[in-house]
Formats: sequence, C-alpha cells, structure tokens
Amino acid sequence: MWKLFTTFLKIGLLSIGGGYGIIPLIQEQVVEKNNWISRKMFTDIITISQMTPGPLAVNTSTFVGLQIGGMIGALAATIGCILWGVIISLALYKFFQMHQKSDYVLEVLKGLKSASLGLILSAAATILLLALYGSNKPELDFLSLNWTALFLFLALLFVLKKWKMSPVFIMFVSGIAGFIFYR
Amino acid sequence: MKKSIKVYLWLLATNLFISAFTFGGGYVVVPMVRRFFVAKKHYFTEEDLINMAAIAQSTPGAIAINLSALAGYKVAGITGAFISCFAAVIPPLVILTVISAFYKIFVSNRIIAAILKGMEAGVAALMVDLIIDMCSIILKRKSFFLSAMIPMAFIANFIMGIHVALILFFCCFLCILQVFYNKKKGK
Repeated sequence: MWKLFTTFLKIGLLSIGGGYGIIPLIQEQVVEKNNWISRKMFTDIITISQMTPGPLAVNTSTFVGLQIGGMIGALAATIGCILWGVIISLALYKFFQMHQKSDYVLEVLKGLKSASLGLILSAAATILLLALYGSNKPELDFLSLNWTALFLFLALLFVLKKWKMSPVFIMFVSGIAGFIFYR
Repeated sequence: MKKSIKVYLWLLATNLFISAFTFGGGYVVVPMVRRFFVAKKHYFTEEDLINMAAIAQSTPGAIAINLSALAGYKVAGITGAFISCFAAVIPPLVILTVISAFYKIFVSNRIIAAILKGMEAGVAALMVDLIIDMCSIILKRKSFFLSAMIPMAFIANFIMGIHVALILFFCCFLCILQVFYNKKKGK
C-alpha cells in the first residue's frame, strides 16, 4: 500500500501540463515497472477516463488502487497523485502574492498567463478537431468534416456569447444533441 | 462562524458539482469556476482567474484539482483549499469505483458513446468562449510581448508538439530577460 502511495506521489510530481502528455509516464510506472495492471486494462482505463468526468491521473489512480487494495487503495493512490500539485500550486500562489512588488515576479506571472492561454487554445483546438473530424491528426478536407458537430459547436458558441448560459447547461444540451444525432 | 460554515458548504457543493461535470479534460474546469466563483458569487475577478489558471497549469498534477484548490484557498483559506480538493476528487473516485465493476459493458455502449461525442462540441464551444474573453483581457494591455506569447505558445504546443513544461520554462526565461533588458535600458 505504501508503494502504491509513493508511486502515485511520483506520478503526480512529474506530470506537469496534465492531459494526454502524461499517459506514457503513468503507463511506465503502473504497467511496466510494477505490473499492477495489464497493458490492455490500461488502454481500457484511458477509454473510460475519456467517458467519465475527472482528470486522467485521478481516474487511473482510482482504478489501479481499487485493483490492488480496494477502496483504501484507491484513496491512497488518489491522495498521492494530487498531493504535490496542490501543495506546489498553493505555495506558488502565495509566492506570487508575497512578491507582487518585484518586477521580475510580476512579469513572469504575466508571461505565464499569456503562455497558458496559448496552451488552453491548443487544448481547445485538439478537442475541436476531435469533435469535427473524429481524430486529432485529421486530413483537413470538407468530405470528412462532421457538419452536425460544426453546426452544434457554432450554435452553442452563439448561445454562450449571447446569453452567458451556464457551462452545465451547455454540457447537458450537447450530450442530448449527441444522443439524438449520433445514436 | 455561522457564515464561514455556509461558505465551506457552498465550496463543497460547488466543487462536487463542477467535478461531476468535467467531461473532456481539466480545462473545462476554468469556465466552470468562472461561472460559479466569478460571475455568480464575485469571490474574485476574471483577472484573478487567469492568474490561478496559469499557476494551476504551471505546476505538476491535474489542472482541475489544482485550480479547485486555488479557488478554495482564495475564498476560505487553507480549509477552503482542503474542502475543494476533497470535493473535486470524490465524484471521479465514486464514478470510477462503480464503473470498474462492469467497465466492459460501459466501454462498448453506443448510447454513452453518442452522448460523449455530442459533448465534445459542447466542450469546444465552452473553451473557445473562455479564450475569447481571456484574450481580450490580455490584449487590452497593449503589450506586444504578452500578446505575441499567446500564438507562440499555441504554435509551439499544437503544431510543433513541444512539451508543456518546456514551453512554460522558456516563457519564464523570456520574461526575466525582458525585465532585465528594460531595467538596463531605463538606467
């Protein structure tokens, strides 16, 4: 159980940037090094993670923890996984607040803001391509374009801009639309 | 005291709710937090939100959890951060525990796949909406350096596939260089 906790502590610490970039890291630790789960199962976990809410790392840690030590294992792995991120985030936030008067700190924070917006844009582009073409490395042509998804995307964006709808409402509507159009 | 308990309960409920609806990656949390913490309760400003998002992203771990912790901290200190984390972890923990019992059926279910396919468009719309608003805040500063950083980070990550950590590190380096240069020039 301790091994479980420390392994996920390590995964949590090394997984900067989140998302799909950290899949190889988790796979190496969980599948190859410790043989906790099979490769096939890991692929299934990734699929399930895409289908359920919550971050991939947390989902994987829950799944692996359950396999090895039941509910307590799941808790140990999950806590290990998020501990570093939360501590470092809070520390960094405090650091920026304390040194607000330093030009260097201020400029670095401003720069990070711009860069992270660029990265959010990159994530948005990936999801948009996934929605419109069904793959994130598509051939950009009109034939394989999913017109339903494009229409849905534009309509939802319009609704959001115009009436400032709740994100939860948008998720509901898009889920129902998916159920109607893609079934 | 009574008021702070109310705030804690609100944090707990809101984060549980946000976490349960975070399909499609951690970034969706940003518009969610914006909706509940900024637009509804005015606990902090959009400017604070970009600060927090930048920090949540620049540190290890899941962006969604880090951002929840920061938002909770901003509203109610360390206790708030703890409650937010706890609430953010519970939904995936519970859902995964339930699903792990019959995940084979779940993975091959066509109706669930259709709903999720629809949600991709929803997530994309939410993120584009957020990006438009956030970009306008940064562009208002009229700093060429900061404005150029947005497309640069985008190209580096999306087109060239450079690792996020490397991009953020390089960005810090450029910022420090820029301040250093401006100070020298100012002397």
